Amino acid sequence: MAGPTPIPMPETALAISGLTVAYGSVPVVATVSARFPKGSMTAVIGPNGAGKSTLLKAALGLIPAVTGEVRAFGDPVARAMPRIAYVPQRAAVDWEFPARVIDVVQMGLYRRLGLFGRLTPGLRAQAMAQLDRLGMADFATRQIGALSGGQQQRVFLARALAQEADLVILDEPFAGVDAATEAAIIAVLHGLRAEGRTVIAVHHDLSTVPAYFDRVLLLNRRVIAEGATAATFRRAVVAEAYGHQLLTAIPA
Amino acid sequence: MLDTVLNALILNAGYNAALVGIGAALLGLAAGCIGAFVTLRRRALTSDAMAHATLPGIALAFLVMAAAGGDGRNLAGLMLGAGLSAALGLIWLDRLSRTRLPEDAAIGATLSTFYGAGILLLTVIQNLALGRPAGLDSVLLGSTAGMLRGDAIILALGAAVTLCLLFILRRPLIMTAFDPGHARLMGVNTALMDRALLLLTLACVLLGLHVVGLILIVALLILPALAARLWSDRMETVALLAGAIGALAGYLGAALSVALPDLPTGPAIVMITFTLFAASALVAPGKGLLAQAAARARLRRALPTGPN
Repeated sequence: MAGPTPIPMPETALAISGLTVAYGSVPVVATVSARFPKGSMTAVIGPNGAGKSTLLKAALGLIPAVTGEVRAFGDPVARAMPRIAYVPQRAAVDWEFPARVIDVVQMGLYRRLGLFGRLTPGLRAQAMAQLDRLGMADFATRQIGALSGGQQQRVFLARALAQEADLVILDEPFAGVDAATEAAIIAVLHGLRAEGRTVIAVHHDLSTVPAYFDRVLLLNRRVIAEGATAATFRRAVVAEAYGHQLLTAIPA
Repeated sequence: MLDTVLNALILNAGYNAALVGIGAALLGLAAGCIGAFVTLRRRALTSDAMAHATLPGIALAFLVMAAAGGDGRNLAGLMLGAGLSAALGLIWLDRLSRTRLPEDAAIGATLSTFYGAGILLLTVIQNLALGRPAGLDSVLLGSTAGMLRGDAIILALGAAVTLCLLFILRRPLIMTAFDPGHARLMGVNTALMDRALLLLTLACVLLGLHVVGLILIVALLILPALAARLWSDRMETVALLAGAIGALAGYLGAALSVALPDLPTGPAIVMITFTLFAASALVAPGKGLLAQAAARARLRRALPTGPN
């Protein structure tokens, strides 16, 4: 099997080595290797069907990989899971579910609660504080189905924040949200980075990549390029990922 | 007749009626609470297939016990047979679902095959003249006639154990129903939770065999949950309300069935459950039809009057 043998690297928040994922016999992503340094904020970009979501889900073990190894903070990803939070696409759940906003955020406390742990006032306050960080404190007792798309996205991020994870992975956090929500989310994500935490997000709006992210991973079923935004996010490279479409918005 | 119904309602219709009323209420309580989780995890049809898949096992257990010279209608024996048969049905369903067959088709295929096999075996039993039809027919639609004190105790214990388990597992069960992917990342064994929920549902089916019968138990799982959902937006409250609605329906249905001896208990309980659901759909605050009509009317009045 090709690909470098991973060495435990505690300074790397997430290290993917030779990861191949297939649906049936069709490979979706092939022998992907990528490193996400601690404290960095990476955009995973590429055209539709490039395998961005698939790569991240497989890295977390949510879908099976054919081959490859994934380490987080130097440990096998399953062992490092308590340090990782994942924000799925909004469409992944049924928002008619009988839950209030605060109930969903408190699901992020499960590792600390377990089956029998009591939801202490301290823990309740923590969950509430995460909502407040995203400007959603006033919505705590609303039914989740009554929220707008942007508000639902903020609830999902608040649930991830409640986990107090060192690595936060987001699948299209800005899809279909309004400008106010996008600003609230990006402020929180930059806040996480400032605390030394690591952020990885599947991202679609190429025009905001340089402003939001310090690193990029360009993907189209294989890794096209990986590195610091300033050096990697160049027209020629992006054009390769997107199949040589004209991309005048990107610096040459 | 009205007197008989009223008598049955206040448990004056005799020892047996009281026993059946309490037993059916306990069953309704367990089925309502568990059914709230079953519907939210979208396992309603699966639970129906599981209930129907108990029939061949019941018939075979009857045959084995009768052939061994015992009482073919021994409840524990029938439950064992039903449980094994339902497990087989679930395994078969799991296999079918792994093919490209859509899930609803796999469920339909499993349900009809097992039920058909069960009816075939029941016919064999009748032709062998081993059992009076009344002996086994009650497992199809339920009956108040045959309930013994021991059966009621089994119902009470079964309901208590399943509800305790449900209470303990409520957090991971809710997380699995809402967002299984996130639940797994949070350390919840979602496959185990799904199996636990199926086991709890199976327990309801087995406990309900003689009260509601296997054909209609699905209604006691689903309808209280649907009704409760109209009254609350919180999972815990929905489950508790569903349990209360199920208990009320079980009690009223059993009383009705005692008063009208030709009416099997299952249909009586189901019709009462549906009535409670329909009433909820009408008058529930917020989501009820009346409340929504009123809200629309208020909105129309508040709007400035346009050209039409």
